[in-house]
Amino acid sequence: MSTKDKSKDESRRDFLKATAATGIAASSPMFFVKDAYAGSHNMPFRNNPGSAKSVKFGFNVPQSGAYADEGADELRAYKLAVKHLNGEGDGGMMNTMKPMSLKGNGILGKKVEYVTGDTQTKSDAARASAKRMIEKDGVLMITGGSSSGVAVAVQGLCQEMGVIFMAGLTHSNDTTGKDKRRYGFRHFFNAYMSGRALGPVLKKEMGTDRKAYHLTADYTWGWTQEESIKNTTEELGWQTTAAVKTPVGAGDFSQYITPILNSGADVLILNHYGKDMINSLTQAVQFGLRDKQVNGKQFEIVVPLFSRLMAQGAGDNIKGILGTTNWNWSLKDKGSQAFVKSFGAEYGFPPSQAAHTCYVQALLYANACEQAGTFYPPQVIKALEGFNFDGMGNGPTEYRAEDHQCFKDVLVVRGNQNPSSQFDLLEIVQEVPRSQVEYPASMFGGELGPYVV
Amino acid sequence: MMKISLQNNAVVMLIFSAVVLTAPLWLAPIGADYPDLLQKFAIFGIFAIGFNILFGLTGYLSFGHAAFLGIGSYTAVWSFKLFTMNVLPAVILGTIMAGVFALAIGYISLRRSGIYFSILTLAFAQMSYSLAYSVLTPITNGETGLQLTMNDARVIDSLFGVEAEAGLPSTNLFGQVMSGYSGFYFCAVILIIGFYVSLKIFRSPFGLKLTAIKSNQTRMKYTGFNTRPYLLSAFVISGMYAGLAGALMSITDPLAGAERMQWTASGEVVLMTILGGVGTLIGPLLGVGIIKYFENIFSAMNPSALHEIFNFLPLWLENIVVGITRHFVGDGWHLTLGAMFMLVVIFLPGGVMEGITKLFNYIKKKLGLNRVDSEDHVSEGGDRK
Repeated sequence: MSTKDKSKDESRRDFLKATAATGIAASSPMFFVKDAYAGSHNMPFRNNPGSAKSVKFGFNVPQSGAYADEGADELRAYKLAVKHLNGEGDGGMMNTMKPMSLKGNGILGKKVEYVTGDTQTKSDAARASAKRMIEKDGVLMITGGSSSGVAVAVQGLCQEMGVIFMAGLTHSNDTTGKDKRRYGFRHFFNAYMSGRALGPVLKKEMGTDRKAYHLTADYTWGWTQEESIKNTTEELGWQTTAAVKTPVGAGDFSQYITPILNSGADVLILNHYGKDMINSLTQAVQFGLRDKQVNGKQFEIVVPLFSRLMAQGAGDNIKGILGTTNWNWSLKDKGSQAFVKSFGAEYGFPPSQAAHTCYVQALLYANACEQAGTFYPPQVIKALEGFNFDGMGNGPTEYRAEDHQCFKDVLVVRGNQNPSSQFDLLEIVQEVPRSQVEYPASMFGGELGPYVV
Repeated sequence: MMKISLQNNAVVMLIFSAVVLTAPLWLAPIGADYPDLLQKFAIFGIFAIGFNILFGLTGYLSFGHAAFLGIGSYTAVWSFKLFTMNVLPAVILGTIMAGVFALAIGYISLRRSGIYFSILTLAFAQMSYSLAYSVLTPITNGETGLQLTMNDARVIDSLFGVEAEAGLPSTNLFGQVMSGYSGFYFCAVILIIGFYVSLKIFRSPFGLKLTAIKSNQTRMKYTGFNTRPYLLSAFVISGMYAGLAGALMSITDPLAGAERMQWTASGEVVLMTILGGVGTLIGPLLGVGIIKYFENIFSAMNPSALHEIFNFLPLWLENIVVGITRHFVGDGWHLTLGAMFMLVVIFLPGGVMEGITKLFNYIKKKLGLNRVDSEDHVSEGGDRK
């Protein structure tokens, strides 16, 4: 190694000199470049479209993992929303939304475009994907997600970055409770509302002397749902035998289900969602839980958060099981019907509740920009805060200013015993009025943070 | 007279620093010049350099290195929560904590070698993952991930009277916020330091002993050498690199999730190192670049982006090309990566570095500059394979 060829050294030296020189020269201007805001007139803000002809939305949805089905449906809804915003297709809920400032020519005359990303239902991956959208693709708004863990993580990032986050399917109390952010908005209902809505129905169907056993997905959503349902059922006089945490995406739940048989409980509450819920419910049924008599009563299963996609996955096992949902395609109001019609025309099947909430969120953001007359986030946030609207499928709805949570009616549903089609899987037991599920904004604590970041 | 050659550490470092610090410029044409990806390149670069000290030099394949990455991350976030938003304590504590864990895990795992060592490290990593995911939820916040909150203590910050702003504070280096490009440059400087240390190790008697362990440990032992302390130090150093990388991940984005410790994350760094070239100085970095680029850019491509790329072709051909390639981007990026990994392993067992070496020799031969000398070529800088 020590013997060196002279000519080789010569050539290499030249090469090195050249490389080093260019490298140093090129690097110097970049040293002091900080995060540049593309500001022009008015107030500068991140990803200001300025005089561009189009604006970009970031659709950050799970494309793999336990919540992938929901993610796929969310993406379909977003694509449909973009079409409608740009004045293509039949307009969907743009025909029924009231009040509405949108004109069907994009937002403030700019065409809407989008980029997509995969959250993988992991906080890390979701944040990386959101960062790419903000830093590389220059999106104005990020929306989507099917897990509260992800929603809380991305919402925090968006607050730091000064980009508005319109949460997709997230049901944890924390999203608009202790982890709420000024730049985060949630249209979906939450676990507390599920508990409030389910309470009276559970009392009527199962009485006041029951022993409940919880299986809970081990993250923010599971925790708060378990807490909310526990509070409700214990108010009814039920006892809680045990509450067991299970990892998300566990696949096999048999080891968690066997102990239930000997626990003396007569109600199983499954705080699971997506494929987890399909698996745990199917296995619970296979273990014969629903055919059992415990304490002289029929053993029951309750799934507090329900969706049609899950019902489809669980097949016959879902029949007769009680739960709540944000929205169902069988609703008869004009907004729901308009949405179901245009979604059906586009994809050939009805939308899920995840699709509905995401579609509505995209429209609400667009409408707020149009109403504010600017994309400047603080103005858009102010337009959304306290916004009262109707014709979006849930009746009169309010975006509460204090915690960015939407307040509207909640549906209590039951797995349909005699479905008339492969999609007619949920039967609406009761439309619980908004007043029954409302709570003071200060109840879950948390702080929204500043308008200008 | 000082010879300018790649045997000279100063020269290597100069080139390396220039290349790293100009990354935002030369990565711009391939669309990889945004801060988050640049930070990832630097951070995983540190991770892979550290991994290469163990795997590349001693040949001990650890399948649980992500555990140290996670430990570094959690420690850093706790340092933000308890002490201060300044990043220096987080870096130091994260590295030390990972070193402590590496000492314990290494002490036990290194009693075995070969596949048994790999399995032991994998077991420890999966244990750490499960602990972080469900058992130690009060410390790690489980699936939700450990995050900063408004009511964190931040003892040192409050001691120095740093007044709370509205909203969450950001990580900083004496006031300079550590996100965006400044975050990248911070990581890049640490990468350069980390590379220098690794270079020193590669070209030291200590490094020589580690390579000797790789080539024939039994013979080493017969000559009266106790190899265990050397292996353990290599393991701890490499664990500390991983902890450092983990801490940097938390610095650029103050959130630590358990999935960082999963076996897939451990597998990723093995892939990176093998893809780039095991036992070479630069190889692991190339592997990092390729995998992270695929993960971030290819996974985000969709058919409409492909149509844009191929729109120079006639329409019928464009449709065919897009129809085929669309399966290799978006959700299918793993497919592309897998295919590429296979090609590299089959045709270039020495990783991308071997390809580059061959290319250089070929060019030299063509230009007739000198004899082909495979022992000492430009990019490899005389490292022993």
